Amino acid sequence: MSEEKNPMATIYIMGKAYKVPNTLTIMKAIEYAGYRFIRSCGCRGGFCGSCTTFYRVKNDYKLYVDLACQKRVEDEMYIVQLPFMPAEKPKWDIDKMKPTTDEVIRVFPEIARCLSCNVCTEACPQDIEVMRAIQALRRGDLEDVVNLTFDCISCGACSIRCPAEITHYQVFQLARRLHGKYETIPAKHLMERVKEIEKGNFDDKMSKLMDMNVEKLKQLYKKREIEK
Amino acid sequence: MKKTEIIEGYLGYMRESIEAVEKTRAKRLKETFPLMSLEEREKILKKFHPDYKEEAKRPAKVGPNKGDLMPHEVADLLEAYPLAKPKDIDLSKVDFDVDILIIGGGGAGMTAALWANYTGANAETILIVQKLRLGDSNSIMSQGGVQAADKPNDGPGLHYLDVMGGGHFTNDKKLARRLVSDAPMLIKWHEDLGVIYDKESDGTMVTIHGGGTCRKRMHSARDYTGLEIVRSLKDEVLNKNISVLEFTSAVELLTDEQKQVAGAVLYNMETQEYYVAKAKSTILTTGGFGRLHIQGFPTTNHYGATADGIILAYRVGAKLRDLDAVQYHPTGAAYPEQIVGLLVTEKVRGLGAQPVNKNGEQFVYPREPRDVEASAIIRECYKRNNGIETPTGMKGVWLDSPMIEILQGEGTIAKKLPAMLRQYKRFDIDMTQDPILVFPTLHFQNGGVIVKENAETTVQGLFAAGEVTGGTHGKNRLMGNSILDYSVFGRIAGINAAKYAKKAKIGKLTLNHVTKYKKMLKEAGIETDRKAPILLPEYRGEKVLSRTLEIF
Repeated sequence: MSEEKNPMATIYIMGKAYKVPNTLTIMKAIEYAGYRFIRSCGCRGGFCGSCTTFYRVKNDYKLYVDLACQKRVEDEMYIVQLPFMPAEKPKWDIDKMKPTTDEVIRVFPEIARCLSCNVCTEACPQDIEVMRAIQALRRGDLEDVVNLTFDCISCGACSIRCPAEITHYQVFQLARRLHGKYETIPAKHLMERVKEIEKGNFDDKMSKLMDMNVEKLKQLYKKREIEK
Repeated sequence: MKKTEIIEGYLGYMRESIEAVEKTRAKRLKETFPLMSLEEREKILKKFHPDYKEEAKRPAKVGPNKGDLMPHEVADLLEAYPLAKPKDIDLSKVDFDVDILIIGGGGAGMTAALWANYTGANAETILIVQKLRLGDSNSIMSQGGVQAADKPNDGPGLHYLDVMGGGHFTNDKKLARRLVSDAPMLIKWHEDLGVIYDKESDGTMVTIHGGGTCRKRMHSARDYTGLEIVRSLKDEVLNKNISVLEFTSAVELLTDEQKQVAGAVLYNMETQEYYVAKAKSTILTTGGFGRLHIQGFPTTNHYGATADGIILAYRVGAKLRDLDAVQYHPTGAAYPEQIVGLLVTEKVRGLGAQPVNKNGEQFVYPREPRDVEASAIIRECYKRNNGIETPTGMKGVWLDSPMIEILQGEGTIAKKLPAMLRQYKRFDIDMTQDPILVFPTLHFQNGGVIVKENAETTVQGLFAAGEVTGGTHGKNRLMGNSILDYSVFGRIAGINAAKYAKKAKIGKLTLNHVTKYKKMLKEAGIETDRKAPILLPEYRGEKVLSRTLEIF
């Protein structure tokens, strides 16, 4: 790739200027510049939340947040990454809890300090309505919290910006587990199948399949009916 | 329309091809390209699947699999020298003395840790070491779902047939049986943990087809299935106070005089300090080799997928299998450049999107087993020349995602594929309106360390689970069986490692196997600077690398 074919952008990695091809993501640009990641790089596909990156661009006072693996560089971009979100993980025993707001507030009393400033929502690289989810929780609507925060990748951008010092991603994790465990109906067909297998209902059939030679197995395979 | 102008994410010449796709859509909604016969499958694989390129493989020169064909990239690492010199490691000072050491903190590792704990191993006697952060793994990236035969029209027998057929009947039958028989139990376990699977209002699981399935048995959590499971496992591992060392890798296993595995030499990736971890049982849950970029393919895999587990296991004498079988996921993103190689989940096809060529024609059944589907796409692009070329010179075919909205109702993509929708929106492509461009991408290590049904390897004291192992899937894994694999065998590894630890007696720690391995390499005439495991891939710019000085 020659430089003429691919225009270059100047980016500032923690203040130092580097010229990088402007088609790269922030992550690849940092590597192009010569850095080797140990932290702030995980799945490289937008799912793990380890490459949270804060940046500003020239002539713009705003502080932006995105995932380094999913955001293309821009010219005159000032970049710093968040390698770790400083927060204790409170422990809980999900089996002994109830799906209520009170339970969540007992673990995270700081939820009550929410100022409704919406900085959390603006910081979210997944476009989650973070503040709305906190409000839904305060209302006691766990299902709403689940739907609003299902795409949360726990990158911590909201939490590092929050003036009330809430660690939203941990709050939402507890809310989702409470909802999943207590407010959704267990699948009846699943429970029944587990029991059938435990009772050994399929043992004979499975043993027969195991003893079959490959040719016979292939015949059976070909004859399978594909569910419409 | 200018050929090089970008209109809603696509260049002008791509838009022309999209118009052809739109023209044939109404007709294609009514007809699906037929399934291949087993004979046709065999033929297309031999001709077009990258695994069948002879020049891409060579026989291993040393070790338990001497003579077996494997990709050069894997053979290079087996035929590489250890990172640490045994004489530099002081084994008399033990830093961590635990019952169970788990190497790798993805889905398999965390599942193993939890089940070891349920089996009676105290949390403080279990140690998980993880190269990245806990949970940062391929497990967290899996989107489409997990298979389990739990519907009335289904059963473990049918699931077994699908697994065996997908693997071209090369699978370890006992492992395959265990996989399908334990599947419902593990989904139930997830449900009890609070994992939120997609359900009807009465609790019935929403299940769909994957490639090579005869029943709709793919369970999902939108298209964040891996994320939803992994974050729940992670939460539980931390709640149980199981010890975790992050940004720490294992660079060598330890053995004792009885040649049983007795822990590992660990390496703090940040301070570069080594630690000696002594363990009564050791579980390898290191995942696969996507980041080796076999045959130069891009990959869907996470940053740490560098085959460390097979290297460590091989040096203590564990036998491997099927490493010549690489899974290329049929649909990786081929455009835009920023996301090339990233996964376009099979669920997109499961919900009705068809792969079509530049003229808008179908050329393959949308849900063949992965290797067959991938081969058909390669043939369409490179033999029949019906692919669409991207500005970087890559080729791809269209995956007609707007069909989903027509077949399943408007808003389906937003509801069932939010991650995919978001990924493309970031680059101005609206997949509800326009098709997306795809090409096969390196996805999964089908083979790996040989294990028995109880997750034991061929070396005493060493257990393994998940992608690092081989046999369960034979030469080709089906969609939805990897989460299942790490769940079923992670559980079994955890239970059996805990039981084993109760009676194991570890003698004096040694690295004799490493000295022996080095000798073996020398005797085989292998002279090289290569060192393994590589721990992380090298992506720094070439210009920078050519000018680096190692001063401190």
